[in-house]
Amino acid sequence: MKGARFMDEVENPRPGPDSERVAIQLIDVEKYFGKQKVLDRVNLSVLEGKTTLIVGGSGQGKSVILKHMLGLLKADRGQVLVFGRDLAKIRHKELKKIRMNFGVLFQNGALLDSLNVYDNVALPLRERTDFSEEKIRSNVEEKLGMMDLEGTEEKFPAQLSGGMQKRVALARALVLNPKIVFFDEPTTGLDVGKSSEIYRLFHKTQAQLKYTAVIVSHDVPKIFKLADYVALIEGGAIQGFMTPEEFQLSDDPAIRGFVETAMGPIYSSEKEEPQLHEKV
Amino acid sequence: MLKVFEKIGEEFLYYLEMFGRMGVFLFNSLVNVVKPPYKISPIVEQINFIGSRSIFVIFFTGAFTGMVLGLQGYYTLRKFGSEGLLGSAVALSLIRELGPVLAAIMVIGRAGSAMCAEVGIMRNTEQIDALECMAIDPYKYLMVPKFVAGVISVPLLTCIFDVVGILGGYLVGVALLGVSEGAYFQSMYDSVVWQDVKMGLVKSVVFGLMIIWISTAKGYYLHLERSGGFGAFGVSKATTNAVVMASVAVLVWDYLLSAIML
Repeated sequence: MKGARFMDEVENPRPGPDSERVAIQLIDVEKYFGKQKVLDRVNLSVLEGKTTLIVGGSGQGKSVILKHMLGLLKADRGQVLVFGRDLAKIRHKELKKIRMNFGVLFQNGALLDSLNVYDNVALPLRERTDFSEEKIRSNVEEKLGMMDLEGTEEKFPAQLSGGMQKRVALARALVLNPKIVFFDEPTTGLDVGKSSEIYRLFHKTQAQLKYTAVIVSHDVPKIFKLADYVALIEGGAIQGFMTPEEFQLSDDPAIRGFVETAMGPIYSSEKEEPQLHEKV
Repeated sequence: MLKVFEKIGEEFLYYLEMFGRMGVFLFNSLVNVVKPPYKISPIVEQINFIGSRSIFVIFFTGAFTGMVLGLQGYYTLRKFGSEGLLGSAVALSLIRELGPVLAAIMVIGRAGSAMCAEVGIMRNTEQIDALECMAIDPYKYLMVPKFVAGVISVPLLTCIFDVVGILGGYLVGVALLGVSEGAYFQSMYDSVVWQDVKMGLVKSVVFGLMIIWISTAKGYYLHLERSGGFGAFGVSKATTNAVVMASVAVLVWDYLLSAIML
């Protein structure tokens, strides 16, 4: 009964006292790979309906945090709460139910290379719903249409460009209208034009589907314009969690260092103050 | 001195962990075989891959194994004036031992290596993570069709191997070396009993299960390989390991099953 009530709440969340409910919470999370500490007492909250951006240099633990949120890695210490449930304490069946609310855009798309575009996008519908083939077709065509991918249904991932693969992966991630969508380096390997296209699609789909977004990226400052909150991770620890505006103006040496390294040259070359938090 | 014990302990723990993982993998796969929903079309696809596409190689290896058995058997039996027993020698060798073992080795080389590489690449390119995140059980979606198809296909391929081998022995013994056709088939009819056929079938079912288990598990746990399982080198290494491990396991279990069933 407890599990049924929980799932009912996951599927039909009640409005809280304020509009900002926590979808995901990491409390004092620590993770070791062998003897190497990759996450050091990480505390982070992802608010419902908001876009949380996790930034940091390569190898600092960004993707490891994401994998903890997805339940792909287990914390050695601390808690990972999704919709208030500790992922370490629930059974696999319950984890599967929670994951039904997830959509994930992996760094390289992670499309099943033995399936064509249509079957890739249809896969979650075929495996997780009892929809008729007709309904599956209309859902798949709708999502492919949103991504401007009409006419690619019969192509296999290897026949698509990197940008198209990302868009197919985004269509697959969104096909079941998930509550939370995770983006792992969504623009890695894409040129400026294709990156902008991904950002445009992200903005468009989030406005339509109202999902909570967690983005791991190093594509700053562009990605800042999409975020509601930014977390900086360095050496496996969260150095700051704040709005993009606060992040930009922060006096914290770690944040200042990151801002100057990652954003400085771009701003100085543009000779203008960054207009942060503008939706593209 | 302490370092030596440390190294031994480390090795012991590594292999203990590896066998534990393999056990969990087999358990999860078999549980998902019996758990609904049941989907037929992925199993048929895998039977086509493991079974139908192996028929050509099984046909040729079966034929030449039977022919060489006919040739060797004829010259050995002739020393004792017992050429008439050639059919019996060829059939028993094939049905009890050579059929199941050689068919299994051929399936390892053709399908087992491909399955290991396929699952390994899926692991490397996060396709398995993607399945898990879509709440699709990778055991149910990827492994179950392979396990069911392996347990169905390998015994059928073994039967083809046996029949083609017996006809290969016939070709050499009867058509080329002049053994009486009646004696060839009568000696086979007199000596081969149901127990022999059962032994061959049991072996081929066990071998089918083991080939799929080892091949897919090595790919599935590619990322946990001690020597680094990523990239093309990782996949090639895991595939080589899978082929060697599966071949050795087939030969060890062939002896154990023979010892139990004889």
